[in-house]
Amino acid sequence: MTSFRPMLQLVVCNLKAFLREPEAIFWTYGFPLLMVVGLGIAFSSSRAQSVQFDVVKGETADRVMSLLGKNSAFKVTVNPPETALARLRTNRTLVVVSGSESGGYEYHFDPSNPESRAAKGVIDDGLQRAAGRKDAFESKEVIVEAPGSRYVDFLVPGLIGMNLMGGGMWGIGFVLVDMRIKKLLKRLLATPLRRPHFLLSVVGTRLVFFIPEAFFLLICAYLIFGVPIRGSVAAIMAVAFMGSLAFAGLGLLSASRAQRIETISGIMNVVMLPMWLCSGIFFSSERFPEFLQPLIQALPLTQLINALRAVILEGHSLFSQAMPIGILFAWAAVSFALALKWFRWG
Amino acid sequence: MDHAILCKDLYKRYQDGKKIVDALNGLNLAVKAGECFGLLGPNGAGKTTTVEILEGLIPATSGEVEVLGIRWGTGQDQQLRERIGITLQETRFQEKLKVREVLELFRSFYTHGMTTEQAIATVALEEKAQAWVRDLSGGQRQRLAVATALVGEPELLFLDEPTTGLDPQARRRLWDVVRDLRERGRTVLITTHYMDEAEKLCDRVAVVDHGKVIAEGSPNQLISQLGGEHVIEFSLEKGAGDGIEPDDFMKLPPVIRAVREAEGILLTVSQPHIAIPALLEFVDQRKGRLNSLTTRHANLEDVFVNLTGRFLRDD
Ligand SMILES: Nc1ncnc2c1ncn2[C@@H]1O[C@H](COP(=O)(O)OP(=O)(O)OP(=O)(O)O)[C@@H](O)[C@H]1O
Ligand SMILES: [Mg+2]
Repeated sequence: MTSFRPMLQLVVCNLKAFLREPEAIFWTYGFPLLMVVGLGIAFSSSRAQSVQFDVVKGETADRVMSLLGKNSAFKVTVNPPETALARLRTNRTLVVVSGSESGGYEYHFDPSNPESRAAKGVIDDGLQRAAGRKDAFESKEVIVEAPGSRYVDFLVPGLIGMNLMGGGMWGIGFVLVDMRIKKLLKRLLATPLRRPHFLLSVVGTRLVFFIPEAFFLLICAYLIFGVPIRGSVAAIMAVAFMGSLAFAGLGLLSASRAQRIETISGIMNVVMLPMWLCSGIFFSSERFPEFLQPLIQALPLTQLINALRAVILEGHSLFSQAMPIGILFAWAAVSFALALKWFRWG
Repeated sequence: MDHAILCKDLYKRYQDGKKIVDALNGLNLAVKAGECFGLLGPNGAGKTTTVEILEGLIPATSGEVEVLGIRWGTGQDQQLRERIGITLQETRFQEKLKVREVLELFRSFYTHGMTTEQAIATVALEEKAQAWVRDLSGGQRQRLAVATALVGEPELLFLDEPTTGLDPQARRRLWDVVRDLRERGRTVLITTHYMDEAEKLCDRVAVVDHGKVIAEGSPNQLISQLGGEHVIEFSLEKGAGDGIEPDDFMKLPPVIRAVREAEGILLTVSQPHIAIPALLEFVDQRKGRLNSLTTRHANLEDVFVNLTGRFLRDD
């Protein structure tokens, strides 16, 4: 029993020190929540949006306004040609409509922007119909907007994963390097405290935070946007726990030798950057080319986010996530062992 | 076991790229159980390096170390750490922990020891027990560091410059703590810049310079080895008796040593009642005029000057 007391004391002290830093609490909880709310609102309001475009002032404008001006599916702005084209270049309008020599219309748009491309089709359709074109057959739209398939639903597990990664890496990295600068690590080395116990207590402190970090965000997303929670709470917890463990290990390893805050910041950014880009926080990691997939799938954040999406959105069982959990555990174990080996106390 | 610390032929080389620093050059020490031993030396002499090797915090390049009869790295490090307490030359505890919390933490590392309340009382920090480390003064932080060293009731205590930066009152309070420990049979190894501290506190001292012990013994022994136990400090008025050098005074019979110090000259003598009249006569002969003259007992500073020709403290 006595050998667990130092670890417990260390965890308690670390927690107290953390809870006495109001800024740290904001960055851990407030910031990710703001991000979910901000992105959620930006992407979920698109359903009722009308198609917005510019039309060049003059005779064409009068014609277009008489055809579509009263149609609520469109939002038309009339501008002189230079202004309209400038707005197109700067992405403030999706399409610019002007008159063509044959008496029809010219559509100016950016084909590399999917939104612009889609708007062009809808505008053309609208104008053609309003001018009297008959459809060859009748079509009907079936709108799929069930909770779970919207962008905000996709986003929330990604942000939870990103949050667990950031918390583990920054939370451990800064604390350890700060202790090293203060010579506290050296002071601890001079006590009978066992070295692995110290490192375990650092990981342990992190794990206290994984439950609030993951669930606070998830519950807020559920209440605000109705993001579904289909899997069991136990399965979500187990996946988040493993993710937290993997990033705590990686945080330890990153901070095992750094002696300055600048060094650890650099290391953290280098370690996290590939995962921010490729692990599928904001869009699916499968969009990357085939030959990169083995690498991307090996990253702990990819596995964590995939597993979170599977259990949260699709209600998969924990058992079906054995593979990602195994990969995360391997990251945790290998990082911890290497950190223990390389750790610089002085 | 009558020796708490034994070290033989200690060498330590720091290598930083191409830069090589030989911090220790064959240092030998023998500290007896139950004594208060002082390591004395100027900046960069190798005191901290020695102490940290003894504490098992850094490896020596070569040499033998035995602490409480145990060598580091022979599978008994854990037991040894239970029996020693240390303060580093510089440690900062977490700013947002309270004094009592820091001590509870350190207490939890040891199987035996005093209560945190006792540790707080030992260094007279009762009033600050609930204060955050952030809000402590430099001296109070230093005392907290000493308390973390004491909380496991160690047999052997290493204190690296524990009184640097403290006011006289706080220093005396720390001396009391050390004396009290020694009375209870503990061994203390302390490093310091302060001569008076070493003289008042230590049973024996070792003077360290350039990584070697250049003198060792009780403060009284070392001072009496000077041959003279008195020091005359004087200065001459400018413009009169120019060209008088310290060496000129070596001709006077009871003068054992003469060195220049800042504006004046410092003579080590055995019999001031003979030396002072001789000094006055000589200055008069050379048409000099005295600006000031004081006499005092020789101290460890003079021992260091005698051995190296340099002053321990440059300020
Ligand atoms: N980590 C290190 N890397 C390189 N050189 C070092 C290192 N630590 C100490 N030194 C050098 O070793 C020598 C002895 O240093 P040490 O800290 O032991 O001196 P000290 O006697 O404790 O001095 P002070 O009274 O200033 O504390 C110095 O020249 C110092 O510059
Ligand atoms: Mg030192």
